[in-house]
Amino acid sequence: MTLPGPAVLWTLGGLYVFLIAATALARIGDPGGEIVTRIRSWWGIVGLFTVALLSVGWLGSWVVLTVLLAFVSFLALKEYLTIIPTRMADRRVLVWLYLAIPLQFWFIYVEDYGMFMVLIPIYLLLWLPMTMVLTGETRGFLNAVGTLQWGAMMTVFSLGHLAFLVRLPGDVDGGLGLLLYVLLVTELNDVAQFLWGRLLGRVRIAPRISPGKSAEGLIGGVLTTTALSIGLGALLTPMRWWEAATVGLLLSVTGFVGDLTVSAIKRDLRIKDSGAAIPGHGGILDRVDSLTYAAPLFFHIIRFLYYLPG
Amino acid sequence: MGILRWLFFALVVRPLVIAFLGLKLRHRERLPRDGPAFVAANHNSHFDTLVLMTLFPLRLLPKLHPVAAEDFFGHNRALAWFTERIIGGILFDRSGKHRDPFAPVDAAIASGAIVFFFPEGTRGQPERMAPFKRGIAHLASRHPDVPVTPIFLHGLGKALPKNAWLPVPFIVDVLVGSPLRYGGDREGFMAALNGAMDALVAEGGFPPWT
Repeated sequence: MTLPGPAVLWTLGGLYVFLIAATALARIGDPGGEIVTRIRSWWGIVGLFTVALLSVGWLGSWVVLTVLLAFVSFLALKEYLTIIPTRMADRRVLVWLYLAIPLQFWFIYVEDYGMFMVLIPIYLLLWLPMTMVLTGETRGFLNAVGTLQWGAMMTVFSLGHLAFLVRLPGDVDGGLGLLLYVLLVTELNDVAQFLWGRLLGRVRIAPRISPGKSAEGLIGGVLTTTALSIGLGALLTPMRWWEAATVGLLLSVTGFVGDLTVSAIKRDLRIKDSGAAIPGHGGILDRVDSLTYAAPLFFHIIRFLYYLPG
Repeated sequence: MGILRWLFFALVVRPLVIAFLGLKLRHRERLPRDGPAFVAANHNSHFDTLVLMTLFPLRLLPKLHPVAAEDFFGHNRALAWFTERIIGGILFDRSGKHRDPFAPVDAAIASGAIVFFFPEGTRGQPERMAPFKRGIAHLASRHPDVPVTPIFLHGLGKALPKNAWLPVPFIVDVLVGSPLRYGGDREGFMAALNGAMDALVAEGGFPPWT
């Protein structure tokens, strides 16, 4: 049995200290409140990911981690297909979207970068309209083909980058470090924007899309995340401090954008939460919305900077 | 046989309902804690029964009994065995040839069971509710002390509608209504039940599926 390197373990340790502190603060500040439920769910999420990360060392295999990330993709896609209006005629067409998940994560597992990049943007793009034409139903065709392809892009293609990120450097610690970095920076950015907004929020920044979001929350979040990114970047990634600062800034802003896109969808559909999968958080999409932007962006930046073959 | 049934629900039904489909349950606190009780739900899919039974803890499994159409589920011996022994279904004679088709339900209620009943009588068109038949009022009148909990299910007509063989994952919305009791007349009971279901449908506010 081996363990991931010290940087990954120290970061995980730090995360648990942070969680314990947050749990204690929430219990004192607002016992029985929404925040307590929310933090309890964080324990579940962090626990699950810890096991998956450590399993890479224990088993000497990425299989548990890849399957976990594929399952997150599945939950996100299922939630998306449940909330959007689908056509009765497309019921079987949806199976192709679901089948794209094992295929996509198989290409990730065998590190086939080419197929990973083209399966959904090219092959699914061509395959989906064909199967839909075969149903013979033209009413609502354009709307259906657009929403289905976009859903696959966001929940399978975008989120799939998390799993390929682990394989980029070609060694265990490097890969786990990159994954841990992007997950922590993105999710703590959500938390930081939420807390700064609660504390100082006055000026609404997107009143029509997400009335809870404030300029103060965004700015506070961006500053916090940029600082955090410099520290975590040095610990977990090969980035120099100014690269980590720039990437932190970018992920903070785009995480916010990802959050807003899912908010816009929910507004459009007149629903409050995308689902009820995670107590205190709402649905899976409510939790991974910022990752749909952050994961592919960070992947392609870090690949361009450090891991281009040749 | 109890062990086979427990294993089937613990290892097949629950993972299927919770992971493959997924539940979005509203008003969990209105579910009966124990039997005897009736649960009346709308019917769209063979999965309906499995979803309803998953709403209750596994320790209550021996008490859970869905009412199943005898002409369909008693069609051959294998299916009848599976329905009665594994699902725990009560085969119900829809033909009216039997003198008293409700007698096996009475026996289950007398033993403290939670009985699931689909008052539409059949699965019908996907995601569309047919008028409720009056059998449920008849049952309630025979057991005026037993609560009838209405439940509105949405999404199973998409996941596995009638005449489909290929299940497609969709998250299922489950809206539980307040328990009703038989108040002395069947018309009044049916009006209350229909009113409760209409309220749950309105609360869900789901767009029609076409």
